[in-house]
Amino acid sequence: MPITLLQTLAATNDWRSIAPEIFLGCLGLALLGLEMLLPKKEHGVIPFAAILGQGGLLIAVLAGFHHAADGPAMKTFGGLIQHDRIGEMFRVFFLITAVLVSVLGAVALAKQRMPKTEFFAIVSVVTAAMMLLVQSNHFVMLFVALETVTVGFYILVSYTRTNPLSLEAGLKYLITGALSSGLLLFGIVLLYGVGGLNGLKGTSDSAMNFGALQNFLAQNPDNFLAAAGIVLVLAGVAFKIGAVPFQIWVPDVYQGAPTPVTAFLAVGSKAAGFAVLLTLAQVFSAYAPLVTSVLGVMAAATILFGNLAALSQGNVKRLIGLSGVSHAGYLLLGVIATLHGQVLAQGAVIFYLFGYLLASFAVFGVMTHLAGEDDADQRREHYAGLGRTHPFLAVVLAIGLGSLAGIPPLAGFMGKLLVFIVAFKARLYWLLAVAVVGVVLSIYYYFSWIREAFFEEPNDPGATRQPARTPVGLIPGLVLTLLAAASVLLGFYQGGLAGIIGLR
Amino acid sequence: MPFLSDHLLLLSILAPLLAGVAVALAPKAAAKPLACAGFGVPLLLALHAWWYFDVVPHDHGYAFLTAYPTGLTGLGIALKLGLNGLALPLYVMAAVVGLAAGLYALQSGAERLQGYLALLLVMHAGLMGVFASVDVFFFYFFHELALIPTFIMVGMWGGRDRHYAAMKMTIYLTLGAMLSLLGLIALYAKSGANSFDLIALRETLAAKPLDGAWQHRIFGLLLFGLGTLVSLWPLHTWAPLGYAAAPSSAAMLHAGVLKKFGLYGLLQVALPLLPLGAAEWALPLAWLAVAGNVLVIGFVAMAQRDLKQLVGFSSVMHMGYAFLGVACVAAAPASGAGQAAAGGAVLLMVAHGLSVALLFLLSTSIWHRTRTFDLDAMGGLAQKTPVLAAFFVAATFASIGLPGFANFWGELVIFVAAWKFSPLLTALAVAGVVISAIYGLRAAAKVFFGSPTGAFATVAAAHPPADLRWAEKIPALLLLAALLFIGFWPRAISGPLNAAVTTLYPAAAAVAAVPAPAARP
Repeated sequence: MPITLLQTLAATNDWRSIAPEIFLGCLGLALLGLEMLLPKKEHGVIPFAAILGQGGLLIAVLAGFHHAADGPAMKTFGGLIQHDRIGEMFRVFFLITAVLVSVLGAVALAKQRMPKTEFFAIVSVVTAAMMLLVQSNHFVMLFVALETVTVGFYILVSYTRTNPLSLEAGLKYLITGALSSGLLLFGIVLLYGVGGLNGLKGTSDSAMNFGALQNFLAQNPDNFLAAAGIVLVLAGVAFKIGAVPFQIWVPDVYQGAPTPVTAFLAVGSKAAGFAVLLTLAQVFSAYAPLVTSVLGVMAAATILFGNLAALSQGNVKRLIGLSGVSHAGYLLLGVIATLHGQVLAQGAVIFYLFGYLLASFAVFGVMTHLAGEDDADQRREHYAGLGRTHPFLAVVLAIGLGSLAGIPPLAGFMGKLLVFIVAFKARLYWLLAVAVVGVVLSIYYYFSWIREAFFEEPNDPGATRQPARTPVGLIPGLVLTLLAAASVLLGFYQGGLAGIIGLR
Repeated sequence: MPFLSDHLLLLSILAPLLAGVAVALAPKAAAKPLACAGFGVPLLLALHAWWYFDVVPHDHGYAFLTAYPTGLTGLGIALKLGLNGLALPLYVMAAVVGLAAGLYALQSGAERLQGYLALLLVMHAGLMGVFASVDVFFFYFFHELALIPTFIMVGMWGGRDRHYAAMKMTIYLTLGAMLSLLGLIALYAKSGANSFDLIALRETLAAKPLDGAWQHRIFGLLLFGLGTLVSLWPLHTWAPLGYAAAPSSAAMLHAGVLKKFGLYGLLQVALPLLPLGAAEWALPLAWLAVAGNVLVIGFVAMAQRDLKQLVGFSSVMHMGYAFLGVACVAAAPASGAGQAAAGGAVLLMVAHGLSVALLFLLSTSIWHRTRTFDLDAMGGLAQKTPVLAAFFVAATFASIGLPGFANFWGELVIFVAAWKFSPLLTALAVAGVVISAIYGLRAAAKVFFGSPTGAFATVAAAHPPADLRWAEKIPALLLLAALLFIGFWPRAISGPLNAAVTTLYPAAAAVAAVPAPAARP
C-alpha cells in the first residue's frame, strides 16, 4: 500500500472529535490500574473515581454542547464516523446513563460478596462504545461498536457469578446476542454485496458507507437482495431494542442480571438501538414502504405482547423488562413517523427516550434499595407498605412508574403525547389504536405496583422472606431526588430540552 | 390592579398547587392555615373574575386572556388562560365547591391529614386550571392533574372496597382520557391549525371546516372518551362504586366538578368545532342519555339501599339530562333551541355540581352519626338532628329540580329545548324527574323519619346523635347558598353565558329561553 494512500486516509483522523470516547476508555483502564495499585481496603474509592470521571466528562460535554452541535455535520476517520447534533445528544444521554448506572452499581454491589471494581471499568468502556455506535456512519464501525457493547454486556449480565440465575441470563444473552449479530452481519453482507454488484446503477466499492449505500438504494428502489438485507439488518437491531419477535431474551435476562445492569440494558442498550434505527431509517428511506410495514407489524405486536405479558408478572424485574418491551413499541411509532417525512418525529423519539431514562432510573433506583442478596428475587409483595416505612422511596417509585405509565404532569406523558402526535400526522391510525389499548393495559400493572407500595400494610419482617430495605445514602438520595424532580419538571416545562431537540 | 387581572387565572391555579406542596412539607401546626389559604384564595379570585367579567376587556370572547410559553410553541402548545361566558360559571362553581370540600376535609380528622389536604389542594389546582384553559392541551393536562390525586385518595383514604374501586376508576378513566386525547390529537392534526390553542382552532376551522367523515370520527372519539369521564351509560360503572368508596371531599370535588370536564369539553371544544360530526351523533347520544342514564340508572337508583351508592347513581342519572342538552345542541347548534340547550346544560352542570357535593357532604355527616349507610337501618334522625335533616331535604329538593334551586332552571331550559328536538324523548326525560323524586324523597324519609331498626336502634338509643357542628354547617351553607342564589337569580350567570353561546353557536335569532343578560356594574 503506497504511503500516500495511508496519508489521505489518515487525513481525516480527527482524534479530538472522539475525545470523550477516548477519555472513557482511558478511565476504564485507569480504574483497573487503580485496583492493582491501591491496597484492598482502599478499593472503596474506585466507584467514586468512576462516578467522578464520568460526571466530569458529562459536564465537559455539556459545556461544549452548543459548539459541537450547532456546527455543520462533520465526517471523520474516512467517513467512519459522523458528528452531528443527534450524535451529540446521545453522547449526553449515554453519559447520564453511565453516571446513574455507576451510582446504582455502588449501592447494589455493596450487598454482594463480589469483586466490586471491574464493574465500573466495563460500564465506562460500554458507554464509550455506545457513543461511537450512534455516531457511526459505516457498517464496519457500527458492527464493531455494537459488538463491543454486546461483549461488555455479556460480562455485566452474569456479573454476580454466585447466582445461577445471573449465569443463566448471561448465557441466554450470549446465545441470542450471537444470533442477532449473525442476522445483522448477514444483512450487512447482502447490502454490501449487492451495492458493489456490477451492472446495477449507483454501485460503489464502499457500499458499507451509509452515504454510498443510501445513494445506491435510491437508484435501485426494488432490488430483492437489498430488501432482504434491509430486513435482516432491521431484525438484528430489533434484538437490541427487544421488539417482538426478538424480545424472547428480555424477561429472563432482565431478571437474572444485577439490577443496575438491568437498568443499563433497559435504558442504554435500548436507546442505542433506537439511535441506530433512526440513522438507518434515513439510509433505507428509498425502501420506506418495506421498512414501515416491517416496523409497523413489529410495533403493534411489541406493544400488545409487552403489555399483555407484563400483566401477570409478579417479579418486578420481569415486569419492568416486559413493560420496557412495550415502550420499544411506542418508540417504533416515532421511528415509523420519521419515514413518513415527519420532521418532528426524531425530536419526539429523543424526548421520549429522555423521559424514559429519568423514569426508569427512578424506578430502578428504588428497586436497587429494596433488593436483597438474591438480586433476581424481587417480587411485588416486597413493596407492601413502602409508603409507611420509606415514604421517600415510595414517592420516587410512584413518580417513576407514573411517568412510565404516561400520566400527566410527568415527562413520560409528554413523550407519549409527542410520539402520538407525529404518529397521527403520519396517518398511523391503526397503530395508534393499538397504542391506546396498550396504555390502558399498562395502567393495570403499573398501578398494581403503586397500590402495593401505598395502599397495603407493611409485611411483618419476620413472617415473610422479604429482604431488608437498604437505607438511602446521601448520593443515591440526591440522585433519586433529582430524577424525580426532573420527571415532574419536564412534564410542566419542556422549554430547555425541547429547544435543544428542535421541537421549539 | 393590572397585575392581578393579568395573572388572575394563573394565580388561582398556583395558589392551591403551591399550598398543596407547602402543606405536605410544613410542620403540623402550619398545615391547616396554609390549606385554608389554598382553598380560599381561588374563590376570592373567582368572585373577582365574575364581578369584573363584563368590565374587563375581552379578546375573542375571552376575558383575562394571557399566554405563558412552556417550551413547545413550535408544536402550538402554550399555557393560555382565559375565561369566556361558558367557562366562567363553571370556574366559579369549581372555586365554591373546592372551598366547601376543603373546609369539610379540614374538620374530617382523617388519618395523615396533611397528605390528604395536600392531594386535595393539587386536585383543586387542576380543577381551576381545567376551566381556565384556552389551550386544549392544557385543558386535558389539568384534568389529569386533578384525576391522579383522586385515585390516590380513593385508594388510601377510601371506605369499603377502596382498592378495587381505585383500580376500576383508574382503568376506566384512563381509557376515557386516552380516547379523548386521541380525539384532541386528531383535531389538532386534521385542522391544519398546527396549534392546540382553541381560538386558533376555531378560526382555522371556521375558515376551512373539516370534511364530514373526519368530523364524524373525531366527534365519536371525543364523545365516548369524554363520555366515559362523565359516566355516560353504559360506561358509567366506575362512578357509583368509586363514589361510594371515595372519601367525602374527594367525591365532592370529583362528582361535583371534575366530572363536568367531559360535558364542558363537548360544549366548548367538540360541538362548535365539529358541527357536522355532532349532528350525526345527536340521536344516538340522546337515546343513550335518556334511556340509559335517566331511565335505567334511575330505576337502579330506586333499588339502592346504600345511601352513598344512591347519591352516586343519582349523580350518574342527572348527567343524562346534561347529555340530553348536549344532544339538542348537537342536533341543531345554530338554532335558538340549540343555544338554549347549551346554556341549560351549563346551568345544570353548575347546579348539579353544587347539589351533588352537598349531598355527598351530608351523607358523610349522616354516617358519622349513624355509622351505617344502610337506609333500611336508619330512621328518626330528624328529631335528634333537625338542622342536618333540613339541609338534607333541601339538597334532595335541589337535586330533584324543584323551583327555587338552580337545578330547576337547568332542567327546565333543557326540556323546553328538547321538546323541539324530540317530544318522545322529552316526555321520557320528564318521567325521569318523577323517578328521582321517588328515590330522593324516600331516602330522606328513611333516614330522618320513622324509627330506627336493627343495630342502629340500640346505638341511637345509647348515644343520641348530635346535630351538625359549625365546622360542617359552614361548607354546607356555602353550597346551599350558592344553589339558592342561582335558583332565585339565574341572571347572575346567564348573562355571560348567553353571550358565549351566541358566539359559539351563531344563529340568526337568539331566543331568550335563558333569561336575558342584565346590566351589572
